[in-house]
Amino acid sequence: MSASVLDALSAVSRGPLFGLFLTLLAYRVALWLNRRCHGHPLSNPVLVGCVLVGAVLLAGGVRVDTYMEGGRLLMLLLGPATVALAVPLYHQFARLRRSAVALTLALLAGSLIGIASSVLLGRLFGLSETLVLSLVPRSVTTPIAMGVAEAIGGDPTLAAAFVIVSGILGAVLVRPLFTRLGLMDERVLGFATGVAAHGIGTARVFQISQGAGAFAALAMGLNGLMTALIAPLLLRLLTRFWH
Amino acid sequence: MLEAVIWLLGYQLAGEFIVRCFGWPLPGAVVGMLLLLLTLLARRSVPEGLQHSVPTLLGHLSLLFIPAGVGVLAWWPQLLDAGWRLALVLLLSTLLPLLGTAYLLRALLARKEAAR
Repeated sequence: MSASVLDALSAVSRGPLFGLFLTLLAYRVALWLNRRCHGHPLSNPVLVGCVLVGAVLLAGGVRVDTYMEGGRLLMLLLGPATVALAVPLYHQFARLRRSAVALTLALLAGSLIGIASSVLLGRLFGLSETLVLSLVPRSVTTPIAMGVAEAIGGDPTLAAAFVIVSGILGAVLVRPLFTRLGLMDERVLGFATGVAAHGIGTARVFQISQGAGAFAALAMGLNGLMTALIAPLLLRLLTRFWH
Repeated sequence: MLEAVIWLLGYQLAGEFIVRCFGWPLPGAVVGMLLLLLTLLARRSVPEGLQHSVPTLLGHLSLLFIPAGVGVLAWWPQLLDAGWRLALVLLLSTLLPLLGTAYLLRALLARKEAAR
């Protein structure tokens, strides 16, 4: 009897429904916890959700590959979610055009600094080539980062992992840092966070103000596009310069 | 909801198709996003199906990041191997673009407002 119960459990945990259910449940608990902690940076739903799912997998001895059967279904939705960013971009289009020149220059600088600092610091500290190439698209939203990593020879899942770590770092640090440095203008705060810490940073900035959130969403979308366009070119240049 | 899914998948597929046709090193979804933005700008309004569902979808963007974050577990040995060096590179390469963009944008906006 007990053996057949265990068999049944392991059979159920092998299907895609298990990973899907576990992620939804962990996310629900993470949202609840975030509300209970009044949105404290460290109670970030992505961070808490990952820790909860990871804890269940480790406790149950479930392999990450097995979990990904279901996880992949949710990752598939990042594509349509990227397309959906066109809607907030459309709503902010007039505001974007008003500061178009300043925003374009800041975006270009932020994007270049992001890519160049990953490559140069990565090599300076002697990280492996796969690690460096997967770090390059680190500050853009996951679907774009995975596509770029694949295009330049990095590892898409590793790149996605760095995106998450970067996003959480940005989301946790931005408010204390910008308050201390006197950078709390909502356009500056929002746009810089969107450039450096994509969706997770954007979600955080929306809690500070709607205006800052709009600028973050804008910057996130534009930096995704910019990185996808310039990363392969810049990488070729930097490689030539380095060797 | 149904309409929104059809719009979003349709534009993503169109993007994927274009990217493959031209051999661009871009994710199809990004091109799909651009196509949708151009469409919205041309028709000067957001279709009702999208207007209702998109804020809900983007409000739960965090959920979609969780599987990728769990994927970090699979890379644990390699990440531990690179250790503090990797952690330092991640921290610096997040902070540098964050502060660089912020200071430059503040200077540019201040100049523009002073010129007015």
